[in-house]
Amino acid sequence: MANTTYDFDMMLSNAREAYGEELYKMACEGKDFVFTYSDNVAPSTKAGQLIKEFPDRCFNFGIAEPDQVGASAGLALSGCTVFAQVFGPFLPLRAADQIHTDIAYNDVKVRLIGTHSGVTAGGGPTHNDIADLALYRAIPNLTVVVPADAGQCCKFIRASMDFDGPMIIRIDRAGSPNVYADNDYELEIGKAIETLEGTDAYIISCGSNLYECLMAAKAMKQKYGASIGILDMHTVKPMDNDAVLRVAQKTGNIVTVEDHSINGGLGGAVAEVLCEASYKGNFKRVGMPDEFAVLGSTDDIYHYYGMDRDGIESTLVKMLNLGK
Amino acid sequence: MSEKLQTIAQLEDKCVDIRSELLTFIHRIGMGHLGGELSIVEMTVALYYKYLNFDVMDPHKEGRDRFILSKGHCSETLYTIFSNLGAYTQDYMVEHFENLDQYKFGMHSNRKKCPQIEVSAGSLGHGLPIAVGYALGARYRKENYRVLVMIGDGEFDEGTNWEALMAGAHYKLNNLVCILDKNQLQMTGNTKQIMNIDPVADKVRAFGWNVIEIEDGNDMAQVCAALDQLPERDYTKEAAPTFIISNTVKGKGVSFMEGNHKWHGGGIGDEDLKIALADVEKMRKA
Repeated sequence: MANTTYDFDMMLSNAREAYGEELYKMACEGKDFVFTYSDNVAPSTKAGQLIKEFPDRCFNFGIAEPDQVGASAGLALSGCTVFAQVFGPFLPLRAADQIHTDIAYNDVKVRLIGTHSGVTAGGGPTHNDIADLALYRAIPNLTVVVPADAGQCCKFIRASMDFDGPMIIRIDRAGSPNVYADNDYELEIGKAIETLEGTDAYIISCGSNLYECLMAAKAMKQKYGASIGILDMHTVKPMDNDAVLRVAQKTGNIVTVEDHSINGGLGGAVAEVLCEASYKGNFKRVGMPDEFAVLGSTDDIYHYYGMDRDGIESTLVKMLNLGK
Repeated sequence: MSEKLQTIAQLEDKCVDIRSELLTFIHRIGMGHLGGELSIVEMTVALYYKYLNFDVMDPHKEGRDRFILSKGHCSETLYTIFSNLGAYTQDYMVEHFENLDQYKFGMHSNRKKCPQIEVSAGSLGHGLPIAVGYALGARYRKENYRVLVMIGDGEFDEGTNWEALMAGAHYKLNNLVCILDKNQLQMTGNTKQIMNIDPVADKVRAFGWNVIEIEDGNDMAQVCAALDQLPERDYTKEAAPTFIISNTVKGKGVSFMEGNHKWHGGGIGDEDLKIALADVEKMRKA
């Protein structure tokens, strides 16, 4: 089992910065890949350093995401391994047809790095990315990973060099704490990590939300003596259905947490698996309800919709009938 | 190595064969987009029988020129050319046309099923951005080949084409060629009335491309004269990409189809086929 920060001091993670650093390192090591972007990489970032020091392999397409994604497919068809960074909702929403047809149907080796996932970008619903997983889940050939923290993001970036076929790497804006204390654990695409073992309930989550899940589990232990397990479903597609069923059978209490609409995302995927297996236990999806989000800081929005540690705790308390 | 032709007369004669085989193929499979498939015959014959460094019998050969048919609904013309060049018999293509899990050929082409197809297409406005990336990749990988993409004039409404025009000029992709099949009709009528793209030559020139206009894109001599002007294959050269405007006639060669948008899509019946075959045979000069 991976070592979590459950009992460690908070260590800030920055997947957005980390992926650029990893790509830069890989370029320095002589790994052969190209990088595309749409005027969305700050020169001060590590990805900016990659662009500065390896200009022949980095291509800016301006503010034109469909062109960028289509051209990324062309680069891959020419024999390149392609990493393409696109900002938040402008990947799935603006370039949906290109993801579907140019990337997935043509089955090319492009890694689409969607930054600022969920509501983490700030700036309101135009900049929220809460429908992408619903789209990606319905497109054949796509593999979709949602790293829990910076370290896991780097592991995915590196592993993707040897992975055939298209991949989506969904990362948030920045600044959420590390979930794992070190990177000395095995990460297999399509195989969930049991981040915490539990006997009373399991939270199934992905991405930076996992840290809030850890904090909620910690509070549940301290306040109620409840044993809450956590399943890191880092690969949303193809999902590790066996792991879902295993923890569901173990406890009969399942909560999903995601920074995405509760419709069609991770929660929806888990619900489908449970329903088809005739699961009779408790189940609750935590995430964005079917409305455009309120405006505020990410932390405040998470709190408003019960996606932070307090909200997750409340959901668990209710499910386990622990309230007074 | 598949057949190559050199003279205008040979290429013109081949166009009659291709039109005839295309009509028979569409008659047998019961569906197609004959209007646009007939308008592109001269250009595609010139490419596959003379100008492309491409062998249908060795379709994934390194260093080959890449031809991308962005107006993917006209794929039956390409299948017919592949067949004529010896890759498939027409019977095989009919047997494997949209035949559930046995399919190799479809109304819109799939590169994973038919290896002579470079890019799976069907949704419009995709070919040019992909071609831009392909041409960038050729330069990055230091390979000398041309990337050619054919788009339709109705398709040119799609905004992604204009994004890619900017990118192609910005990156000075001298190895990139875009061919506009300007047959002036789209599914429901005249492109000028539906969404006017003109003056398209001026617009594309303003985007920074080298524009070559073919007054009659169904005249083989004019098509060859345009393709003779393509820049050498040299990945080190940074210069304007080439945009060929090929003015063609939708349904070219078949009297009742020419200039009639109602022949955009569909099959062809027994009686119509007889007339159509007789019509295209009249195009044979020798």
